[in-house]
Amino acid sequence: MLRLAPLLIVALLVGPILAGLVMALLPAFGYLPALGGERLSLAPWRELFAQPGLARSVGVSFVSGLVTTTVSLVVVLLFLTGVSGSRLDRWIRRMVAPLLSLPHAAAAFGLAFLIAPSGLLARLLSPELTGWERPPDLLIVQDPWGFALMLGLVIKEIPFLLLMSLAALPQLDPGRRVILARSLGYRPTTAWLKVVAPTLYPLIRLPVYAVIAYATSVVDVAMILGPTLPPTLAVSVLTWFHDPDLSRRFMASAGAVLQLGVTAAALVAWWCLERLVSWLGRHWIDRGARSCAELPLRQAGKSLILIATLTACAGLAGLALSSSAGFWRFPDLLPQGFTTVHWLRALPSLSGPVTATWIIAVSATLVALALTLAALENEQRSGRRPAQGKLLSALTLLYLPLIVPQIAFLFGLVVVMESLGTRPRLGLVIFGHLLFVLPYVFLSLSEAYRRFDPRWMQLALTLGSSRQSAFWRVRLPMMLAPVLTAAAVGLAVSIGLYLPTLLLGAGRIATVTTEAVSLAAGGNRRVIGVWALVQASLPLIGFIIAVGIPRLLWANRRGLQGAP
Amino acid sequence: MPIRLLAALPLATMLTSPLLAAPGSADWEAVLEEARGQTVYWHAWAGDTRINDYIDWVKRRLREKHEVELVHVKIDDTGSAVSRVLGERSAGNHDDGSIDLIWLNGENFAAMKENDLLFGPFAERLPNFALTYPELNPEVITDFTLPTEGYESPWGKAQITFYYDAAELVDEPPLSMAEILAWTEAHPGRFTYPRIPDFLGSTFLKQALIALTEDTDALYSPVAQSDFEAVTAPLWEYLDVLHPRLWRSGRQFPASGPEIRRLMADGELTLAFTFNPAEPAAAVAEFLLPESTRSYVLDGGTLGNVHFVAIPFNSPHKAGAMTVANFLLTPEAQARKQDLSVWGDPTVLDVARLDEEDRARFEQTTDNPALLAPEALVDTLPEPHPSWMTALQEAWQVRYVGR
Amino acid sequence: MNGQVHPSLELRDIVIRLDGKPLVALDGTVAPGETLTVMGPSGSGKSTLLAYLAGFLPPAFDACGRIVLGDRDITDLPAERRGIGLLFQDPLLFPHLSVAGNLRFGLPRHMPDKTTHVRRALADVGLSGYGERDPATLSGGQKARVALMRLLLSAPSAVLLDEPFSMLDTELRDEMRHLVFSHLRAAGLPSLLVTHDQKDTAATRGRVIELGG
Repeated sequence: MLRLAPLLIVALLVGPILAGLVMALLPAFGYLPALGGERLSLAPWRELFAQPGLARSVGVSFVSGLVTTTVSLVVVLLFLTGVSGSRLDRWIRRMVAPLLSLPHAAAAFGLAFLIAPSGLLARLLSPELTGWERPPDLLIVQDPWGFALMLGLVIKEIPFLLLMSLAALPQLDPGRRVILARSLGYRPTTAWLKVVAPTLYPLIRLPVYAVIAYATSVVDVAMILGPTLPPTLAVSVLTWFHDPDLSRRFMASAGAVLQLGVTAAALVAWWCLERLVSWLGRHWIDRGARSCAELPLRQAGKSLILIATLTACAGLAGLALSSSAGFWRFPDLLPQGFTTVHWLRALPSLSGPVTATWIIAVSATLVALALTLAALENEQRSGRRPAQGKLLSALTLLYLPLIVPQIAFLFGLVVVMESLGTRPRLGLVIFGHLLFVLPYVFLSLSEAYRRFDPRWMQLALTLGSSRQSAFWRVRLPMMLAPVLTAAAVGLAVSIGLYLPTLLLGAGRIATVTTEAVSLAAGGNRRVIGVWALVQASLPLIGFIIAVGIPRLLWANRRGLQGAP
Repeated sequence: MPIRLLAALPLATMLTSPLLAAPGSADWEAVLEEARGQTVYWHAWAGDTRINDYIDWVKRRLREKHEVELVHVKIDDTGSAVSRVLGERSAGNHDDGSIDLIWLNGENFAAMKENDLLFGPFAERLPNFALTYPELNPEVITDFTLPTEGYESPWGKAQITFYYDAAELVDEPPLSMAEILAWTEAHPGRFTYPRIPDFLGSTFLKQALIALTEDTDALYSPVAQSDFEAVTAPLWEYLDVLHPRLWRSGRQFPASGPEIRRLMADGELTLAFTFNPAEPAAAVAEFLLPESTRSYVLDGGTLGNVHFVAIPFNSPHKAGAMTVANFLLTPEAQARKQDLSVWGDPTVLDVARLDEEDRARFEQTTDNPALLAPEALVDTLPEPHPSWMTALQEAWQVRYVGR
Repeated sequence: MNGQVHPSLELRDIVIRLDGKPLVALDGTVAPGETLTVMGPSGSGKSTLLAYLAGFLPPAFDACGRIVLGDRDITDLPAERRGIGLLFQDPLLFPHLSVAGNLRFGLPRHMPDKTTHVRRALADVGLSGYGERDPATLSGGQKARVALMRLLLSAPSAVLLDEPFSMLDTELRDEMRHLVFSHLRAAGLPSLLVTHDQKDTAATRGRVIELGG
């Protein structure tokens, strides 16, 4: 059974994606007999290219993907150059997990509340500093260039890349390397950039690619913060798919394939950028400069990451304020009064989606956890380890759902399911969530699992335990903390998923995320505040449980506190 | 001829029964009996929490009264529901569709009817439909010039209503399209309309077109029968001048009517409009808009229409869906819907002809200065043929998207 | 511990290869109560030998020869059924279990009266009353003694010792050496010790084999 786990995982991840892509590709060339498309043709593409504003949609998608990734990566690397044990550093590192668990949509709402012309920031400065008695007529949120979109994505991608880097760093022993370089006369920041960064990058390359893919094709954040005339490509594709005129589905499929191309193009562009930077970097290292803008770089890293973190927190505070605000005119910084009426009104309609969210998240996470544990345990028992850091390894397949744009294969998948006669049901949504939960659970657990001292299991066996019982009696309890953390990551991923829930659930299955995003169009900040806060708090509850259970269970076991 | 597949026998037998079923009649009792225990998936636009809360109330009442479980499938674009039914039919799903009831009108109704995606005729079979007195109120059986033929059941009414903050706009508000243009020149950035294809935004285009075009008659027959360019030329000229004077200089538009209301609340706009004549008054009552808010309609009237609910041909719970549609037409549900503190959507019932007890339900208790005078709604312009809406939306997008 | 007579540990023509090249070759018998010491520089294959005997040889290696305990050929048995106990450099007390829980871990599943066995074992090494303690609160020497008792309670038929004293303080080392080997001898267990330390060999009073070099 155990031996089948890796195969099952690969089949589970690759199968639906391939099927979905094929069912996007065929209609893109006019073939979908169910809708009367019997012959291959280029008509969908002609129609697609005749869409007003297409070039702009494509441009914004492409550029926002690259800019988001560059900014996030640079900020994370700069922060890491100067990371020390200071209180601020520790605080930022502690904020990583909760920030990562914050659903993208909630972060986007928070940012919108913060930076909108009538948002918290403008209220803070008005009217004293700005002279604004009413909100300025400024195009900030949903700007046509996608700056707000990029900002919103950067805030969410920084914690992701930071966590991935922090997980990879220990294998590089950065402390000793930097000391060695400093003994050769290099200043600390330069030393880090020259001896740690070049070896760190290959270890976080796949997460970086996942960021590019996500940022080029995101739907929910783009609906909240992205441009509208036209929207980004992924959002346009979604509207075309939902057009009452079914013949538009062919064009929408072509759009989905185009999205795949845009993401691929962004990845290729990034790869070229990688070559260029590595070439420049080698020269820079060779020239042997011992110092370069030490303090400014370090300060920049620290302050940028601080700004990003604080922005996310301030956004959440804005959500909380809005959700309990009475009458609140511009430019009052605080509402004239507070009220619970928005919460009380939302309460009856909250319970259904909250329950559905939990059922989906817990089921998908449990399945993902079981498969991950089975695959990792099998790997331990067979003594084989997959190659790491290489682009073409089993690990890449794990990243497939994170690198192929959701919109490119999910619609195809819906068509496949429809033709298989599968009706939208909770199970289908859970299956769809599994595609995204599984990679994250696997990635967050595998390092800890592989680093677990093999002697514990050997000891258990020589004391007469079977492998089965050693797993339950030794490995699982000792790895409780990382297992629960992986589960919390899985929950957070599932709770934040928008498109898979929307499409596979046929809109019938409402989670807090789909509800929050659908309320966005209404623009009622009070209600959005309530929903976004609920959305943000659910994964946090997961993390609190993940941290709390081991502490509670092992309260009298010093050896397990602060363990892996 | 389309083949209509019927879910259950009692309904099939009903097709042959007399068109009008009296309350308490055996036919209707059979429907209620069949509906008991069914779960009805109602796809309804969910951009406004007041509407969602009202539907929640309907859900509770249906559970108590008829043991029907109503699920509000919240959608942000009714087109997506139409597309889903079409998709199901093309996938060969003729009797187990995922949608039982849709809130719609205009071009979505036209599209579904044209593609034979609707179950019916069923409206005349709902006992409460008689309370609308269709022979006296033809708007409840006409949807954007098309006769409904019983394939949808009326639910509520809408009419373009302008509102403004009298504390800021002390002079008389602009009363025509031409005056709006002049007003925006004096007050740049203080007015806007929702982004096309939002239905309120599209309705604004039609309102403007009716006021500006020389050939109004052309709008009441399919767009293919007239010279679109010539008829709409004055509209584009108008918008080209108007846009730079709008909110965000016309480079960005709000997503929907509720967002416009939010912009009014934040003080970003001075003049706005809605499709729900009671919305400004309701928003004042909820402290969302200042008490100085006033409502009015343009000289010569504004566009108005009725919105409906319809049942897809492949709904597996047609009896349940009909029970819901009938409940929506009860004086209890209609009065609550019209209540300013709930939703404020005008009733489709002929209140004057109700019995005294039911008539009392509709009496507004609040004397709200933001509320539109009832006589203002007399000037209702009929909706153009639905094909105009689609054509205008496409033309607008070609002109203004990606600039 | 209970003076029961154990079979001898026979290692018949054992050769362990890495990439086809022989790394370790060994042939001999360890008598009950005897400790055979294996010495050699790092890389000479000492740890590989222990891993092989215990049943954890990594797949990169291949080995031939037979491991026989009395009349049982255990070469192809999985680790948990070989009856070979291990003592590591660290005491490796399970951090999630109490001291008593650690001791109970090795006891056969349905053994009656586990508590008495555990209490007796603790008394044996002077740790009476320590049963409910968190292992993390014990001193180095106490941990080592618990690890030894845990090993013996699991009733192995032979014992492998992987530099068991190298992590201890110098003064503790002598004490532990005495304790470990006297218990092994008293239990009549055949054992194999891998070490760098000449003093260890002296304490075993047994034969010494040099690997590699």
